[in-house]
Amino acid sequence: MYNKKVLQHFKSPHNFGKIQNADGQGQVGNVVCGDVMNLYLKIGKNKKGEEIIEDVKFETYGCVAAIATSSIITDLAKGKTIKQAIGLNKDSIIDTLEELPAIKIHCSVLAIDALNEAIYNYLHKNKRDIPKELQKRHQRIEKEKQIIEKKYADWINSSKD
Amino acid sequence: MAKTKQVYLDYAATTPVDPQVLKTMMPYLKEKFGNSVSLYKLGQESKKALEKARLIITQAINAKNKEEIIFTSSATESNNLALKGIAFANQKKSHIIISAIEHDCVLNSTSWLQKQGFQITQIKPDKYGLINPKDIEKAIKKNTILISIIHGNNEIGTIQPIEQIGNICEKKKIYFHTDAVQTFGKIPIDVQKMKIDLLTASSHKIYGPKGAGLLYIKKDIRIDPLLHGGNQEFGLRSSTVNVPAIIGFGKATEICLKKMKSESKRLTQLRDYLIQGILKKIPQAHLNGHPIKRLPNNANFWFAFIEGESIVTSLDQYGIAASTGSACSSEKLEPSHTLLACGLLPECAHGSLRLTLGRWTTKKDIDYVLNTLPKIIKNLRKISPFK
Repeated sequence: MYNKKVLQHFKSPHNFGKIQNADGQGQVGNVVCGDVMNLYLKIGKNKKGEEIIEDVKFETYGCVAAIATSSIITDLAKGKTIKQAIGLNKDSIIDTLEELPAIKIHCSVLAIDALNEAIYNYLHKNKRDIPKELQKRHQRIEKEKQIIEKKYADWINSSKD
Repeated sequence: MAKTKQVYLDYAATTPVDPQVLKTMMPYLKEKFGNSVSLYKLGQESKKALEKARLIITQAINAKNKEEIIFTSSATESNNLALKGIAFANQKKSHIIISAIEHDCVLNSTSWLQKQGFQITQIKPDKYGLINPKDIEKAIKKNTILISIIHGNNEIGTIQPIEQIGNICEKKKIYFHTDAVQTFGKIPIDVQKMKIDLLTASSHKIYGPKGAGLLYIKKDIRIDPLLHGGNQEFGLRSSTVNVPAIIGFGKATEICLKKMKSESKRLTQLRDYLIQGILKKIPQAHLNGHPIKRLPNNANFWFAFIEGESIVTSLDQYGIAASTGSACSSEKLEPSHTLLACGLLPECAHGSLRLTLGRWTTKKDIDYVLNTLPKIIKNLRKISPFK
């Protein structure tokens, strides 16, 4: 089902764990659907004085593809400027992994969403301008969260009991 | 790299063909290739071997007549034939009762029948996957024609009180079908004593080849065939009969019956050793299914905070073959209906793992799993945001 590269990342994922007092944090997915990703960012500056993702870590509950794409997104984002990181998309993940089974493509979207949400969280917290593109993505992710919560309301409520 | 140890623990999915079975089949793939309906010697030889297999199976379930056994291509076909066959031999708008933990082929056949105008009621099990016969009795309506309840559940292994349900059906004059794919050849089945009218079984779950299944239909019960053609199998299943596979099915049944007592005892011990070991070694591990009323070879767990496909893939890297009821393992991206019907929350069902033992499972294999699985669970929990 999975190629060697995906399995390698799954077996030895890069950058997993939590960053204490992270500058930015994103959470996407829902436990009832079987995947939840948490992404943590530490923001620094490069020599030119641009803001970069100095460190990034993830915690993921989910399938092989969810864990492998989480690992990949941290590799791709690390060291990038914020602008470059916003430019990453699901194809960046799929290209790096070479291929993903069709029913698992949504996992790569989830990883991108987690990164976007973490960056959004950082910019928002620091009252910075949020690029239109990112704003739009944030709204879409929020909307999708609501749809899922509505769809699985019974299950989610019973989980809280 | 050193060759990884291989441990197959997915016998509920399929089994390897027993070497003795293969040996019995071989001549019918080669020189004895005749069509069982042909009149010349080559055909009649096939016919004779086919009828021998039919007799073995007749005796295995204590059916009255050998003509009550219909060979099909699979259990899916048999279940389709039983449900649709009974439904269409009766009035439209008739009512059928099933459990909520049937195999997909029963669930999907009945939801198709529902679209054709039949009424379907699903009975929910308790948290151990056990169906209460009283719930079935309560669901019976005037127009109920058929009750179909799985004998041993394919996922969680719970064994239903088939004889009690059979007695209810007999009393109420309703046909009773059971999907016995996971029990046939493993625990005793007596269709007369259990008051079973129709029963499904499969060859490849009992060390026979793939491509052979059967439907027992009690004499004088009328069903409509699914396939129309040359009227093979007493007109109920047209198609050239897959003689080599059925001969293998017969031989596999014979071997299972001979070994049943000792093998079910051996597997029950191994199963309990596995269950106790996992529950003791892994924190937040839970058993799915009934603690006692379960298939001798079935163990099913759920592990908190992690997802089943990840567990199965990790096990595979250690050479262990297993399966899960997690959504991520299925095309529809929803967790197992059986686990949900037992009241498990989706996030718990996502973390399920099924290990099913078989003829070649040893204590060494179980020890290997007991040494490997705790490491895997621990590693996956390290990555998980939930702790």
